[in-house]
Amino acid sequence: MNARAGVRRPYVRSMQGWWRRDPFFMAYMAREMTAFAVAIYAVVLAVGVMRLAQGEAAWNGWLAALRSPGSILLHLVLLVSFAVHAKSWFEIMPKTMPMMFVGGRRVEASTITRTGWIATLVVSVLMFALTWWWKK
Amino acid sequence: MPESKRIEIQVLRYRPEQEDVPVWQSYYVPFTDDMSVLQGLQHIKDDIDGTLSFRWSCRMAICGSCGMMVNGIPKLSCQTFLRDLLPGPVRVEALSHFPIERDLVVSVEPFVKKLESVKPYIIPKKPRSLDQGEYLQTPEQLEQFEQFSSCINCMLCYAACPQFGLTPDFIGPGVLALAHRYNADSRDGGQAERMEIMSTEEGVWDCSAVGYCSEVCPKHVDPANAVNQNKVNSAKDYFLRFLSPKGASK
Repeated sequence: MNARAGVRRPYVRSMQGWWRRDPFFMAYMAREMTAFAVAIYAVVLAVGVMRLAQGEAAWNGWLAALRSPGSILLHLVLLVSFAVHAKSWFEIMPKTMPMMFVGGRRVEASTITRTGWIATLVVSVLMFALTWWWKK
Repeated sequence: MPESKRIEIQVLRYRPEQEDVPVWQSYYVPFTDDMSVLQGLQHIKDDIDGTLSFRWSCRMAICGSCGMMVNGIPKLSCQTFLRDLLPGPVRVEALSHFPIERDLVVSVEPFVKKLESVKPYIIPKKPRSLDQGEYLQTPEQLEQFEQFSSCINCMLCYAACPQFGLTPDFIGPGVLALAHRYNADSRDGGQAERMEIMSTEEGVWDCSAVGYCSEVCPKHVDPANAVNQNKVNSAKDYFLRFLSPKGASK
């Protein structure tokens, strides 16, 4: 008789490369990565405030740096990341909240997600319009 | 009878007395349009290879026994039809993130221990005698827990949760959803006991809101929502104890 017969030897599978196994996991990782884009842009803005405090020359230097091709490319990457960020975080938002009731009926997850997207769009357009008007 | 169609089913085999690592094995199974993956496996076991091991019971998506990875996605094999997987091959593997005992059978003891630990039953606020009559609940009170009571312990959500795969001590989506099912019930008074477990790192805080658990749930329980609602509850418990003297002691 096989000496190993009847012996339990549970086999544990490796988790290596787990996030490449399913498109859902890749989307999750992309969502998490966009948080770095938010952090990077926060640093860019913080540097701007710092340069502003240092006087006119420093401020103009920062503005010139923003206009460099490298900076424009970075901003394009950040813009795309922010779009993915806003889309994916509002998608998961209904799962992270207590149930909401309006008029005795539960608010649908899709309504919560869409409200988030619309709010993002409205605020973005307002900010764009405001800066445009300010520039003039 | 029409000419029988055949489909290839590849099964990840693991026989601990025979193999050190799991190996893929192919079977060719005749099938009809109404055949589930489970029925395909039953055909293999009955007519091709009696050594194949897998769990099943009800064949109608209510017992929660026949969960497995079908083409890499956690599925109840009784609810997944071969006709939807044409032309094949169909790859069948034991549920991800669990140790494999044999073939498609995984170890469930840690899951059952976790389930017991959260006391998944109503703990009345105070004893109630029969002559006091039944409990009454409003539709809104019912809705707070109803969807979470649909859990059938099939563990598909665990196979969908990379955090559980990386941290096997994580209590995990299914058990946390059931704990919440009782916490959220207006008849229950056991929340403080359950929150002692749910508020730990291995409780709700190991969850990073991947959200795939809710996608794969065959009963639309939305465990991700149950877990994340309790991050709010856990955080409230943590901060409110500074305000309420009662909260600071047991």
